[in-house]
Amino acid sequence: MSDLAPATDRRDRPVAPAVPTTGVTPAPVQSPRARATERTIGVLALVGTAFTVWLGLWVTPPDRTQGDLVRLVYLHPGVAWVALYLAFGLAAVSSVLYLWPRTRSLFWDRLAAAAVEVGVVFNVCTLVSGSIWGKPTWGVWWAWDARLTLTAVLLVLFLGYLAIRRVPAEPEVRARRSAFVALFAVLDVPLVHFSVNWWNTLHQGATVLNPGLTLKIHGSMAWTLLLGFVALTLAFVWMLLVRYRIGVLEDWLDANELGAALVERRSEGAGASAGAAGSAPIDPVGVA
Amino acid sequence: MWRDAALVAGKDLRIEARSRVALAQVAPFGIVALALFAFALGPDRAVMAKGAPGLFWVAVLFCTVLAVQRSVSVESADGARDGLRLSGIDPAGLFLGKAAAVGAQLLVLEAILVAGVVVLYGARIEVPWMVVVSCALGTVGLAVTGTLYGALSAGVRVRETLLPLLLLPIAAPVLLAGTRIWQAAMVGGTPADGTQWLRLLVAFDAVYLAVGVILFGPIQETA
Repeated sequence: MSDLAPATDRRDRPVAPAVPTTGVTPAPVQSPRARATERTIGVLALVGTAFTVWLGLWVTPPDRTQGDLVRLVYLHPGVAWVALYLAFGLAAVSSVLYLWPRTRSLFWDRLAAAAVEVGVVFNVCTLVSGSIWGKPTWGVWWAWDARLTLTAVLLVLFLGYLAIRRVPAEPEVRARRSAFVALFAVLDVPLVHFSVNWWNTLHQGATVLNPGLTLKIHGSMAWTLLLGFVALTLAFVWMLLVRYRIGVLEDWLDANELGAALVERRSEGAGASAGAAGSAPIDPVGVA
Repeated sequence: MWRDAALVAGKDLRIEARSRVALAQVAPFGIVALALFAFALGPDRAVMAKGAPGLFWVAVLFCTVLAVQRSVSVESADGARDGLRLSGIDPAGLFLGKAAAVGAQLLVLEAILVAGVVVLYGARIEVPWMVVVSCALGTVGLAVTGTLYGALSAGVRVRETLLPLLLLPIAAPVLLAGTRIWQAAMVGGTPADGTQWLRLLVAFDAVYLAVGVILFGPIQETA
């Protein structure tokens, strides 16, 4: 099939429209309603985060044993929740939905990609905030504890996902590749979970997501913690929406870049010659 | 499916028998890795004997990456991948065959590396069957995941750098389990500790074998 092709992989490259005859398709535009939703969620996330900061740093009391260090509890579990459960869970579900033939649509692929990218950011924040907490309480920046290890392994797995997404390919091929990588990674999570648990456990038990969902802290601290979860979740949703929109635009650009550039150059040429000759109407599409 | 698997595995092993890439390049690389670990951890044989289980598995992981690269690259020339797909071979059979060939090569490498850690690090194995079983199960897991990622990255020009990034983190449970089983099987270890890790390896193998058998057809289409 590819006998006549040079040794490099042709299918590796995004296939631009061979000869753009009719210029470019117009860039996808966000509907006013979608824009309003996105902005509302963004503002809510900002306000929620500001309130969490205020409550967490000034209103709530210091802890009896951990002192001011306890204030990290308003940030760290929330960030971890977003990264490990929301983002990577969403990425897993949408990747499977993409692979399932009946629900196959680039929507799920872009959603998974956006979720992973935002999730990786939150994952790094989890590790960094955990480190800052770990140094004074455990005495070390990093411990090879089960949960820490699992978080780190997840980060590396999804960095692999982002790496394979960066490989240029047709949108469908890229979507398929990435969905498989996400699926393999997700299947690995329970195995890594068990192995690192048997390997080493040091981390304190879950504060919120423990069996029975009973909060182990009370009063203003619990409310601040809850608000932090909500604010961070909203921030995640906002970043997800923005990243999804950028993903759509990127795909549009990939498909239309060459055509748009050609149209531009042709109109330049037409403009120059028209200016020199002093003749009037210029064909805007550049067919002439 | 089984017949196709045997055909594909036979083909890959014949290529290996004639080109000797695994034996002449990957196996010496494994020995080099063992020597480097020894340089890194100093000449104290007690330290090296203690670290032997983990170092053995790290060396195996590195060799797996190389063996998988080779397994992919034999298909990349002359449109061999398209030829295989056109030949009507069952995708599941192709998957099992490729994985079996990689696994067979890995088993030979592991035999060499076991001899290496026993001789060079002074590792003393007390329960040989556990070592053998862990190698067998670990090899299945590594060969299977390696073949899956090999197929996923087959059409990608940055394959050489992408494959380790994808494969090595996925294989973390194999490294942990293999190391722990070995530690249990060493002189001074408690063999009873090894059984739950053996179960983990079985689960790992089962999950990725099933994924490969079911999904290898669609995975090939990504290349």
